[in-house]
Formats: sequence, C-alpha cells, structure tokens
Amino acid sequence: MSGLIVEMAAKALKLNIPLSVQLDLTYRCNERCVHCYLDHEDHGEMTTAEIKDLLDQMADAGVFYLTVSGGEIMMRRDFFEILEHARLRTFCIKLKTNGVLIRKKEAHRLRELGVVSVQISIYSHRPEVHDAITKMPGSFRQSIEAVRLLRKHRIHVDMANVLMIHNLHDYDGVKALAAELGAQFIIDPTITPMMDGDRSILSLNVDEDILREVFHNEALAGNVEEFCAVPQGPGQEELNSLPCSAGHTACYVSPYGDVYPCVQFPLPCGNVRRTKFVDIWRHSPQLKEVRSIRLRDMPACSQCIHGGTCTRCPGLAFLEGNMRGPSSQDCEKSYARTGIPSENLKRRKSPSQHLQLVQIQALASGADNNRFLEISIAK
Amino acid sequence: MKNSRYVARSTAIAARALGNETMVMSATNSTLFTLNEIASVIWAAADGVTPLDQIVANKICAQYDITPEAALKDAETLVEGLAAHGILLVSDQPLAGPANSRGVAL
Repeated sequence: MSGLIVEMAAKALKLNIPLSVQLDLTYRCNERCVHCYLDHEDHGEMTTAEIKDLLDQMADAGVFYLTVSGGEIMMRRDFFEILEHARLRTFCIKLKTNGVLIRKKEAHRLRELGVVSVQISIYSHRPEVHDAITKMPGSFRQSIEAVRLLRKHRIHVDMANVLMIHNLHDYDGVKALAAELGAQFIIDPTITPMMDGDRSILSLNVDEDILREVFHNEALAGNVEEFCAVPQGPGQEELNSLPCSAGHTACYVSPYGDVYPCVQFPLPCGNVRRTKFVDIWRHSPQLKEVRSIRLRDMPACSQCIHGGTCTRCPGLAFLEGNMRGPSSQDCEKSYARTGIPSENLKRRKSPSQHLQLVQIQALASGADNNRFLEISIAK
Repeated sequence: MKNSRYVARSTAIAARALGNETMVMSATNSTLFTLNEIASVIWAAADGVTPLDQIVANKICAQYDITPEAALKDAETLVEGLAAHGILLVSDQPLAGPANSRGVAL
C-alpha cells in the first residue's frame, strides 16, 4: 500500500469517516458456485431510487472507495443507471462480477464511467474445472472474454483465483493466463462460511499441505523468508493495534440496506431504509463495540505467538461465535506459513478434545465479561 | 492585460473531501493526489465559469494572508500541475461546469 493511501486511511480513522464501502446490489446470480456464501434469492432488494439516495448519503459521509458487488451485479437491469449516479458523485468505483454479461458495449460503457478496476473470479485455466465450480456451462469462455474486452478498454482487471479442493493444482495455470491477458492475479485460499452461519461449505477448503505450498511459493508470496518467518509474539504496539479496517474506515451494505462492518462480518448494525447511513456509521452500538476492540482485548490471540503477525479476520471470528476470539481459519494459515501452531490450534488439537465429538465450553467474551456458549465440533 | 483563465474539475476523476484536504484520483490511470487546504479551496471553486483570478481574490486572498500576485502565481502553478494529470481542465474561455458540483463537500 502506498504511503499516501496509508496516510489517507489514518486521517479517515481519526475523523471517523467511512472511506470504503462495499455495496452489494443483489444476491441474485447467473452462476451457482459450489463455494458461494450467499443465497440467490431476492428478499426485497433496494429500489433504484433507494440506492441512488444511499449513494448520495455515502458521498456526503465521505465514502471514497465504492466497491459494487453481488451476487452478479449485472443481474440488475438498472445496473448502469446506478453506476452513472455513482460516477456523478465522484466515487472511486471498483466492481466485482463474474463478467459473463460483459460484451463490447458494456466494456465500453464501464470505461466511459471511469471504473477503476474490475475483479473477476477465474477458478481454473481449464474450462471444464471452472465451469464445474460455477455450475454454468460456457462460463469460463464468457468470463475470459470479459477480461479480454476490459483490458482492451484499458480497465484494470483482477483475476481472483479462489482456492478449493476442486482446483487446488490450477493456480499456476490461472496465474499464467492472467499474465497473458494483462490482468492482475490474486489468490484467495479461504472459503468462508455462508452469511447465515452455515459452515458446510468449509469442507471445500484446501488442506494444510496445499496452504503451506502456496505460502512458500515465492512467485505468489514474494519474500518467503520474511512472509513465513517465526513470529516473536505481539509487542505493546501490536497489542494496542486495530484488528482490521472493518467498522473503522470500512463497512458493507447488503442489497436490503443492512449495514455490517464487512461482507465477512455479519453483525447487523442498522438498516438504511430506517436510519440515515451516516447515523448508523456514527452511532450504531454494534459498530462502536467493534471499534473498541484491540488485540489486547482478545484473550486467546493476545497471548498467542502469532498475535502480532496473524491475518486474523474478526468477521470469521464472529462467525465462530466470538468477535474477540480467534479465527481458526487464520490460525491454520499462520501454522501453514510458519509451522508453529497458534494457541487456539493447540487447544483444538489437544488429545482430550479429539475424544469428544461435541464440546460445549464457556468463553469470556472480553471486556464486558459477558459469557456465552460456544459449541465446537471436533472432527 | 492578461486574459482570465477558467478551470473546471474533470469528470473522469474520483474525489472526496477528507477533513480540510481533498483526495483526487484520476480514473484514467488511478493516480492518487491529495490537495492541501488552500488547493482544496481552488478545487472546490473550479466550476468552469469563475475566472481563476476571481477565485483567488474571493476565496484565497479574502481568507488567507497572501498578496493577490503571489496567490495567483501559486494557483497557476497548481492548476497547470493538475491539468497535466488530466484531473483539471484549463481554458481561456468559460468551460461547461463539471457534471457534479457536489463531488466535494463545500
């Protein structure tokens, strides 16, 4: 990240400005990806007028980076009307799409509207593997054609390769394809639970051997020695640090107007159909709670050797039952990087827990000392 | 007598006020700029129809302790720099106003 962007983020944090928002226009989609964390129904999406009003509110609140996502954004017939309004309000616009509905005309229009980048998921360089994951025959060809068209219009394209058991050996092929097309390659080795908490799709996650392979691949990780170095444990500075930008300078708005700290952090903070966006941002008790948390407030992570270097996602921790707790998927990543288990992994992998199928234990949930029950299922 | 120059914000930009500064990103090459307080005043006033010398006189000299000559010289350097990056349009004739005059909170 450039120094200027870091400086801007620090200033936004100080001024309590929501610098970045991801707005999902719809959860409807023309693909049915096996690992998707959303349902694909319309439960009452915001209307065009509601979304335009929300964009006005977000611009007035100081939102600069606007990521428009879904579902498939082009399933909305008013997609370009919404985008035109976003352009009018001078957002820095980024899109996430499968690209299937992007033809010459659409690519040209996206260029005209000053879209800064488009992220398209490409699961494999082999059409049959990609199409089996999206469950949409021909989707590979259409998505790749979209990448070509967008690049032809000089739009930055991120080709996101989500790693799962179906495509675990294909990332090198996708990386080569991205280079050929002039796109940026992004690899994401994490399948996350569904937004409703259903964790069944986590079985698609790759195992620790593949994670280790990815993290130790210089072409992907850069300086492996540094990236996979043995951590020293958190110092005072890290203990006082913020977990991530969710709720601090960023948030997520669903197609129904619900505001959350992040798309991966389904803690409802308010709804823009009832409350002004800026009032939710400034006064939501849930966002205030998220903002109050520092590493020192996390009982397990503050004591963990990975505490200062872990990529712990507070949303995934929340989905595990405690926003001040560890995110096991990130514990596994830290282990794959360094070979050193986190405190959480040591606890989970202790023999006494393997003997039980279901364990119920009470955990302290942090400063307010509320207690709740966490149910962990040992496999 | 020197002709007036007119300045207008490009529509191919992303921009937002951040406190008393302004973030501006060129949509054509994603270059990011931050404008300081005084540059932000000129940016916000760049409506394409108000001459630059008038912006300087009314918005800068009226609020800051600087001579009109020095302020105009600095303002011209600024607008030339921003114009070179395509985020500000400069002309000897009035320009059509930017698509959005609300892009920056005034």
